[in-house]
This record gives sequence, structure tokens and C-alpha cells, in this order.
Amino acid sequence: MAPKLLSVNDLAVSFRTRRGEVKAVRGISFALARGETLGIVGESGSGKSVTSYALLRILDAGGTIRTGGVTYGGIDLRAASERGMRDIRGREISMIFQNPRAALNPIRKVGHQIEDVLRQHGRASRQDARAKAIKALADVRINDPEARYDAYPFELSGGMCQRVVIAIALACDPKLLIADEPTTGLDITTQKAVMDLTRDLIRARGMSSILITHDLGLAAEYCDRLAVMKDGEIVETGAAADVFARPRHPYTARLVDATPRPGADLRALLPAEARTPLVPHAVSNTPLLEVQGLTKTYTGKSGPVHAVKGIDFTIRQGASVGLVGESGCGKSTTSSMLVRLLDPSAGRILFDGQDIGAIPADRFARNPLRGAIQMVFQDATDSLNPRHTARDTIGEPLRRLTTLDGAARRARVEELAAMTGLPAGLLDRFPHQLSGGQKARVGIARAIATDPRLLILDEPTAALDVSIQAVVLNLLADLRTRLGMSYLFVSHDLNVVRLLCDEVIVMQGGEIVEAGPAAQVMDAPAHPYTRALLGAAPKPPSAPRSPQAPDRAAE
Amino acid sequence: MTDAPAPSHSNSARAHLVYVLRDNPVTLIAFALCAFFVLSALIGPYLVPHDPLATNAARALQPPSFDHWFGTDSLGRDVFSRVIVATRLDLTISVAAVALSFVIGAVLGAVAGYWGGWWDVVLNRIFDTIMAFPLFVLAMGIVAALGNTVENIIYATAIINIPFYARLVRAEVNIRREAGFAQAARLAGNSHLRVVAFHIFPNALPPMMVQVSLNLGWAILNAAGLSFIGLGVRPPTPEWGIMVAEGANFIVSGQWWVALFPGLWLMLAVFTFNLMGDGLRDLVDPRRRT
Repeated sequence: MAPKLLSVNDLAVSFRTRRGEVKAVRGISFALARGETLGIVGESGSGKSVTSYALLRILDAGGTIRTGGVTYGGIDLRAASERGMRDIRGREISMIFQNPRAALNPIRKVGHQIEDVLRQHGRASRQDARAKAIKALADVRINDPEARYDAYPFELSGGMCQRVVIAIALACDPKLLIADEPTTGLDITTQKAVMDLTRDLIRARGMSSILITHDLGLAAEYCDRLAVMKDGEIVETGAAADVFARPRHPYTARLVDATPRPGADLRALLPAEARTPLVPHAVSNTPLLEVQGLTKTYTGKSGPVHAVKGIDFTIRQGASVGLVGESGCGKSTTSSMLVRLLDPSAGRILFDGQDIGAIPADRFARNPLRGAIQMVFQDATDSLNPRHTARDTIGEPLRRLTTLDGAARRARVEELAAMTGLPAGLLDRFPHQLSGGQKARVGIARAIATDPRLLILDEPTAALDVSIQAVVLNLLADLRTRLGMSYLFVSHDLNVVRLLCDEVIVMQGGEIVEAGPAAQVMDAPAHPYTRALLGAAPKPPSAPRSPQAPDRAAE
Repeated sequence: MTDAPAPSHSNSARAHLVYVLRDNPVTLIAFALCAFFVLSALIGPYLVPHDPLATNAARALQPPSFDHWFGTDSLGRDVFSRVIVATRLDLTISVAAVALSFVIGAVLGAVAGYWGGWWDVVLNRIFDTIMAFPLFVLAMGIVAALGNTVENIIYATAIINIPFYARLVRAEVNIRREAGFAQAARLAGNSHLRVVAFHIFPNALPPMMVQVSLNLGWAILNAAGLSFIGLGVRPPTPEWGIMVAEGANFIVSGQWWVALFPGLWLMLAVFTFNLMGDGLRDLVDPRRRT
């Protein structure tokens, strides 16, 4: 066995808060060998990020390491002086943060930001800093690094920014790289490119790394060993393939189950005891929504920007259609136009035969059809007014769009809460007092309050943990059957779309490149872009708990 | 990061007030002082030991004593009574001026922040123009032009404070214009006007409360300053600014109490309102109710 680079022994971290001490990490131990990649997997609040901050001693104010020791290459990191830690951070251990844009200084050229790190650790002099920074950019496979040296972060795409962050992290040849959710918020193809790059660089330099993620598929694909965290404790560790094929801890089994994967149906995501039979939803052949030549052109500073270039599709009554594409493909613009928040530049939106695209978005609020087309927003936190309680939020469409009086409205809000599985006791809470899953339920309850016939779902589960995503997806499937709604499900996650949708539309650059029944598009993609999207999705082990381990174990 | 455990406290407004006060002793002191000033303004004139306007040449410029706690001024009037009675006028001027600038600033700022475009450009240039003047000089000019009355002091003080509110509201509304909850409010059948007024604007209240508390202090100083230079409340009306101006003449001859006590009250009032800022913000921010 290779010598240990990092060993963590009974580490406990707690935070002082107004409500007393919160134990974020409760005595965890793990070790990392040279050249090894460890994945720390867990849902939000499991303490996985806090662990990595504790290693580098960059905990927020109020956070302290209670007990335990961290030894890195023979140095006791807990006892090291702050001055000593400054030398270690960046030169020995470096970190890639979650949001690449936030991690870069927005008003400094990216080249200068790389030079800063190099010079801080004495790796470059004023004379050769530029050349070394350009080399660092070239190492992360940025095209034309000479030109990119002078770019500001806002001029680069999210994926490019993350490459720059990786370049900064690797500039001083650290021995250990900690990546905290490095691809959250990146498109799926970009995610694959960034992860492949990181893996190649780590291998080429013989580094060790820790990948912190909530995405089991991602961790399985890129890590040698996994540690599964829950409530500040490591519940299971083992070789990546083993953890997936034979999860020993019930929590791990639940996580593995909840990860969307080909071959599993919606109910299979839930814990075994919650799997009730799924009632199929009825799809009629009558079109509910017909989109014809829908176009949106913005006037940009450098000429017109064609966000949506004349697309046509139909949503039948009761059908669920998935709209898939990467950021900037026009899917959000399309959904804004359909839900009548944005006016199209050209084309028709026929809802039940009536051209609602001709009604200005500013006046649609008073249209009788307003209640028939509703939307569930991407970010449950952002879409709830921080000053309104859950009851106010769910009741708002009822107050404006129906004639129900106070008592009837109250009863309806409670009925909606029950329908979406939100405990009635939580109705008087403000959004900040609710968990992510509860906020998602409030958002769904509000959207279905007026019995809409078409519900547009804009990545409703993107910000949720997988186990909560599984519950919310099943809830959406049940509501669809119960209320006979049609769904337009906007997403970048093809595995999720496959679970919920009858048909799939793939958009790229404002155009529809492929459309058809979900199974056909997924299993026999005709367009190269669809194939690229499918190929980029992390591959969770297809048959969990099956006796034969996936091939990856052999690597 | 780690999710805080879900709170189970009661949400009632009073429990929240008690919590805010207990959490921060400075807020408690500020609210107590504020209550003292409000009580002085409401019932002070009925309780003071002497008529604030009654002159008595025989007792002019007496130092503080048991009979005259803050001494007497050059006309023999009781300084304590005058300081207490002046509270009502000074608070009225500052609260009215701040309320006026709060309302006008909020409306103009919300219009500029939500609708943007030409509204934003025109309104911002107007605010820039107001702020380009030395504000006290602008207030002097307004009072001098409109006439020397309490109403005009209020208008002048309000006008010079409008840009602070308008800019704050504009920024707060602007960042929430495209927020998910604003769009959701549109989907719930709200017109643009309702979205701004009932969904977006209330979110700007916490920072505005801080601005209000600072502004109350400035407004009192501004009114006192105008009176001090003779452009404001006229003698013999008791008002802290005039009293300091009158008393200033006697400091060189050793009668310090005539200027000191109104000055001290003025300082305490400004101090109180500035200290209240954080407490007021915590009170109107539901996120603090955990």
C-alpha cells in the first residue's frame, strides 16, 4: 500500500450559532494515499464541505475544530501556525471551489490572478511570471492562452472560468487537490470536459485528490474510493465500484436507489417501502398547445441576438414533453414565452386553438387563461418571496385569479399542501425556515393552485438533493395522473427527463435538433448533439446490488 | 453549508420584539431612549415645572439649581422646561420630513428600478442634481425662498433626503426585478404595479429602516442647523437649534448651561436614532425571526 499522504483522525467540527452549538462534523476518520482520488459524497448539510474547509483551516467565523487530528505528510495541520498554513495552502494543498465565477476576482485579468499565486509562493519572478501563467493556461487546455491571459472572468464562459480556477489551483504543483462540487452549475458536456481534464492532470502529475460532490454517478466515475457522509459522520467507505454494487449502509443504498439511471423507473428511485404502484397517465391525441414558428430576437449591442429561431412543436392533452438543451440554447426563453411572461418576436402559440401569443404579456395577467398555464421555477429559494409565509405564497394565485373567499381559500391552501405532501404545520413558516424539499413543494402547490391545464417545469429539481429529487419527481408524476395536467419539463438532465416524459425535444442554438418519443430519442439518438449530451452524462452503475462489479473496478 | 435545524419558536410579533431587544443590549438602550423622547414630546409640555415662554428678568442667567435644573437663560426662562417642550417640535419636523422623503423616495426609486429605461435615466439625473449641491446650503436656499415656517423646514429637509431613499429603493428593486418570486407573482395574476408594490418593495424595507434611523438624526440636526443660523423656527418658540444659538453668546462669559443642555439633548436624540437602525432592521426582516 502506498504511504499515506493525508490522514484524518476523529475530526469533529462545530459551529457556534444563536441556537447553541451545531455539530457539523462528528468525529470522522479517513486516510488518503499518494496518487489516490477519494470521493466524499453526501447530501446538503452532511458536513462534506465543512470537512474540506477544516483540512485547510479556512472555516467560517464561529467554526472550530473540536477534536481530532489532521496529518499531512507528517505535518500536524491542526497545530501548524497560521503562517505555516499559508505556505501549505496553494503550494501543498489547493482547492477548487463550487462557483468558478465567484472564485475569480471579477476585475483582474485571469493571467494576473495566476501570477499572483505563482509569486506568492515564490514559483515565479517578475520576469518569467507571464510565461509561466500562459503555460498554466495551456496546461488546462485553454485555446490561445496568450490571448486569454488578458481576459477578464466575465468574458469567459463558465467552463472556461473553471479551467482558469483549476490552472490557479495547480499552478504551484500541489500534492493534494480538493475539489468542492467543481461542476455544479456547469452544463453536462462542460462538466465532462472539466472532470476529464482534472482527472488527466491529476494522473499526469501523480497528485492525490478529494472530490466532494452530491452526485453519486460523478463520484463513481472519477474516484477510486468513496466515503459517504450523513449528518457529519462517514457511514460507509470503500472502493467506488463496491460502494455502488454492494452498499452496506441503508443510507448508501437509499442514495444509490435515488440516483436516476437508465433502466430504472420513477418508483425505483424511492426507498422500497414507499414504492406504490404508479398509475399511468392518460394521453389524448387532441393537441393542447401548438407552437408554430416561434421566434425571439433580442436587439443586442453588436446586432440582433437570435435566442429562438422559429421552432414548432405540439403538446398533446395529458402528455409530458421534455425540453432538453444546455445553457443558452433558448429553452428558458421558450418557456418564458409559453408561460406568457415574454412576448415572442414572431410565430403563434395556440392554446386550445386560441393564439395566446397575440395577447401582450403585460396584459396576460388579467386574461381568463392565466390560471390555465402555470410554472414551477428552477430555484425554489429564489422563487419564494422571503417576506411571505408558505400560506401567503400558495394562496396568492387563489386571491388574484379565483373568486374564493377567505375561508374557502384557507381550505384550498390546506388541500393543496396535503396534495403536495407539505405538513399543514409548516404553512405559517417563512421560506428561510423551510428545507429545500419543502420549498419545492410550496412552489409546486402554488403552481397547481388554479388547476392549470399546462404546467411548465423549469428544472424544478436542479437544486435538490437526489433523495428529495426522487420524491419530488414521483410527486409530479402522481399529480399529473390525478389532475390530468400536461407538462413541459425543461431540463438539462436526460436521465431525469427519461423518467418523467413521454416525448423529448432537444434544442441547440435556438433550434430544435431532434424531437420524438422519449425512448426513441434516448436509445437511438439521430442527431450528433443528442448523442453528445447522452454521452456526457455520468454513468451510474446500471445494476446496483448486482453481483458482478462494473468494468471500472478493473482500472 | 450546513442547514440550520428548523426552528420551532412562535412567530408572534411581540416575541420577535422581545427577542430583538434581548439579543442586542444597544438596541434595548436605543429603544428606551427613543421611548423617553417620544414621551417627552407627547406629555412633556404638561409636566414641565415652568412655562417655557415666561420671562423673568430677575432670575436671568441663573446656574442650574434645584429650582431650575438646567438653569435659566438671558430672559430668565427655565432651560429645562424649554428643552423638554422643544422635543415635540424637533421630533415633528424630523419625523414628518423623513416620512415625506421615505414615501416620495420609495415611489420614485421603485419606478426607476422596476421600469428602468427613460424613467431611470431622468430620475437619476434629477437625484444627481440634488446631491450635487451642498445639501445644507440647498435647504437654506429652499427655506429662504419659500419662507421661514415650520412646514417649509419640513419640505426642505425632505427634498434633500429624497435621493438617499430613491437610490436605495432603486437598487433593491432592480436586483429583484427578474427574481423568481417576482415572475411567480406575475403568473399569479398580479399587474406590474402590484408586483412592485406588494411583492418587491417590502423586501427593500430592512435596508430602508437603517436609512430612516440615520436620516431621523440628520433631519433633527438639519432643522436645528437652520434655526441656528436664523432660518427656521423663530424665537421665542423653544427649539434646540435656536437655544444653542442663543446660548452660544454666553459661553464666553461662563454661562455654559444655556447652550450645553439643548446641545446635549440634540446629541442624545441623534445618537438614539442612529443606534436604533440595526434594531429597526431586525424588526422588519422576517429572516431574523428564527
